[in-house]
Amino acid sequence: MDREFRKIVLDNSDVIVQKWIDEIDILKGFNYTDSVSDELLESTNREFVNIIFSSIKHEGDTKQLKEFSEKLINLGWKVSYITDGLQVFRRVTINFILQQSDKIDTSYISDLQQSVDEWVEPLIRQLVNEYSGNWENILSLQRVALQELSAPLIPVMDNITVMPLVGTIDTERAKLIMENLLEGVMKHNSEVVLIDITGVPVVDTMVAHHIIQAAEAVRLVGATCILVGIRPEIAQTIVNLGIDLSKFPTKSSLRKGFIKALEMTNRKIVDTKPPNNAVEQMIDSLGGE
Amino acid sequence: MDPTFCVTIEQEWDIVKARQLGRDRARDIGFGTVDQARIATAISELARNIYLYAGSGKICFEVVEEMGQNGLGVRSLDTGPGIKNISQVMEDGYSTSGGLGAGLPGVKRLVDQFDIQSEEGQGTEIRVMKWLRKLR
Repeated sequence: MDREFRKIVLDNSDVIVQKWIDEIDILKGFNYTDSVSDELLESTNREFVNIIFSSIKHEGDTKQLKEFSEKLINLGWKVSYITDGLQVFRRVTINFILQQSDKIDTSYISDLQQSVDEWVEPLIRQLVNEYSGNWENILSLQRVALQELSAPLIPVMDNITVMPLVGTIDTERAKLIMENLLEGVMKHNSEVVLIDITGVPVVDTMVAHHIIQAAEAVRLVGATCILVGIRPEIAQTIVNLGIDLSKFPTKSSLRKGFIKALEMTNRKIVDTKPPNNAVEQMIDSLGGE
Repeated sequence: MDPTFCVTIEQEWDIVKARQLGRDRARDIGFGTVDQARIATAISELARNIYLYAGSGKICFEVVEEMGQNGLGVRSLDTGPGIKNISQVMEDGYSTSGGLGAGLPGVKRLVDQFDIQSEEGQGTEIRVMKWLRKLR
């Protein structure tokens, strides 16, 4: 039976292709073709339908299909284009064969459905796998990239380390912050650690809680934590929330925090060149004599 | 612009989605940066409560205009275990998850109106309102 259906489909491929393209055109407006030119859509449709037919002819031709799916992924086509296309093909083909045959009973229909499903299913499976494999790949790359960025520790000076935080803090990142902070304190032998939250958009109770815990842990290993980069609106929300951040020093900017950190390690910033007015004063005092 | 829309909270990142939408909406209405931060923080707390205690739920936003005054309403809905003793959770420092226990009382201080309804085993609904202060 399967061979018979195959023959009907291949013999009448022109008619089926035309029907398929007509149906796809109706779907066009819905989603995937907003930014695609008509010519590209037409040529892609042709290529797609050729692949479907060659897959039926050769009972599964995967190389061509792989190239096609890679092309679609690179162009950023949605996966719904493929699933819709194959679904439409299935419908069109079944309707067409039913119209062609004169003897129709239930076993005929179920045979037909099974055959067509067997042609279409491997295509759907492979194309969807290619797509989701691509997504998973991108996702894992981004996760790694994000993790690298998530809690950097910069030893700016002997005994002083800075951790600039940018972006949202979730549970996983909070854990990383704590680990990196403690590891860095030990490794760089820091006395003072500055946590800069200038780039953190929202400080809610969870974020505050994690910062308090991190600061407490830093205190336990013998260092001091200074929280810097508290913007005025963040200061107000922290007060509204009733969060107590009085256990460690806080500063509005990294600059102020750094000066404080120098103070705590008994250092200060000195200008190497004495200011000009000192010279003038000397001349003045000489003139006075 | 649709007057109400909702964000489903199921994962931790949905919290971020909800508060970003809330902040954008607050900015559109004309709230200043401080009030935007208050609204975003309040949404963050409400959404986190859904994520932590109820597992799933939703946060709905609604732009309200009443007697010539504009405001943003935020509703938090879930069908979680509910809250047994509401007055207890509204106390500062009470937490069942080892947190700071400043969430709900904090939210109440961040917004202008706060309304909580909860039935054990049925779920919780919290409705908060922030009004836009006009300079007259």
